[in-house]
Amino acid sequence: MTKQQANWSPYDNNGGSCVAIAGADYCVIAADTRMSTGYSILTREYSKICKLADKSVMASSGFQADVKALQKLLAARHLIYQHQHNKQMSCPAMAQLLSNTLYYKRFFPYYSFNVLGGLDNEGKGCVFTYDAVGSYERVGYSSQGSGSTLIMPFLDNQLKSPSPLLLPAQDAVTPLSEAEAVDLVKTVFASATERDIYTGDKLEIVILNADGIRREYMELRKD
Amino acid sequence: MEKMTLQDSNQPNNSPLLNSEADSQRTLYPYVTGTSVIALKYKDGILMAADMGGSYGSTLRYKCVERIKPIGKHSLLGASGELSDFQELLRYLDELILYDNMWDDGNSLGPKEVHNYLTRVMYNRRNKFNPLWNSLVLGGVKNGHKYLGMVSMIGVNFEDNHVATGFGNHLARPILRDEWHENLSFEDGVKLLEKCMRVLLYRDRSAVNKLQIAKITEEGFTISQPYSLKTFWGFSAFQNPTVGAEGSW
Repeated sequence: MTKQQANWSPYDNNGGSCVAIAGADYCVIAADTRMSTGYSILTREYSKICKLADKSVMASSGFQADVKALQKLLAARHLIYQHQHNKQMSCPAMAQLLSNTLYYKRFFPYYSFNVLGGLDNEGKGCVFTYDAVGSYERVGYSSQGSGSTLIMPFLDNQLKSPSPLLLPAQDAVTPLSEAEAVDLVKTVFASATERDIYTGDKLEIVILNADGIRREYMELRKD
Repeated sequence: MEKMTLQDSNQPNNSPLLNSEADSQRTLYPYVTGTSVIALKYKDGILMAADMGGSYGSTLRYKCVERIKPIGKHSLLGASGELSDFQELLRYLDELILYDNMWDDGNSLGPKEVHNYLTRVMYNRRNKFNPLWNSLVLGGVKNGHKYLGMVSMIGVNFEDNHVATGFGNHLARPILRDEWHENLSFEDGVKLLEKCMRVLLYRDRSAVNKLQIAKITEEGFTISQPYSLKTFWGFSAFQNPTVGAEGSW
């Protein structure tokens, strides 16, 4: 019998887009809920957003099985942290843990593209953006995943963050109010859904502020 | 068999990194495969359908393979892909259920737990570059909760109201998305599954007209005896497919 399949690959790209925006006293994390493989949609209701601690939320796209493994690992590490320190991990600490966890598998990477959003120890919004092998940076806003090429330049245009090369260092948080940030997120996803076939179905928005955590949903195009 | 090596073909190949397929110890492609499985939630539980064909490449090698099996008291497992890998998986699950039963504490694994176990087994094997070559569907009911999920060869997993593997994802799911609703009766659920299976029978060359439908509810599972669907091949387009499209030769 001759070989009929293409060579087996341990990876797949299940698509999806993630966005996070930090404000002075809030953070908005959003992702669509479509999961695809190739030209097929597997499900229209898969949440890509994972609450890792009280004040840190991760949105991930890429290969779903790797993302799930990463989420389980971080949840287990956070449980140990709570037992050892009797408190929730801070968002910057979780950011470093995520980086280390990704780099640990540098030579068989987790194929996951993450944005981590939350509130830092001063209650200020923070966003960390990653590549698959753990390089990360604290920024004011970011986008990852299949629609990031459409979303990121739009956010750049609207939010104009100060150059990270400026001295003294400028604050990266966006000047928007919480409601404006939520509106902006809805707009960028509605736009990305028009052109990116891997983004769509439904938008899940998580908002973190001093009052706690809140979720919003918005329907997106299903084609 | 196609030889895959980066070296010159007349050189002996001793490097373990540049192995040819012939001396490989893992599944690089499947041998005997089953085609689509489809399943849906209905009012009282889960319904699942699969045909009974086992293909050896494009040869229809086996015609009476059960691809839907009960797992424990609350779950049904359907498999497409390599049938020997499915049978190995059934042995893992038998052991899992047996050891769980030996606690004798009145607890038993529900569909959610079994699905999670399958997820980890499939992902673990892909991490070892030695996959179990299957797409799995797991459905069940426990404590009034209906559960329906899927796992792929490389560990991709999700839950939904209706699922289908392989060709079923292309041909059956659009029908399911159109017609499925929360309060499907048993009769309507079976009708819907049969409609999907009939489309697959007409359009999936490896599907055979011998299928089983299984149901699981709070009361337990039933797997039907094998049966056939009524088909109609008398369409004029079937009898003379080239009418109106004769071509140049």
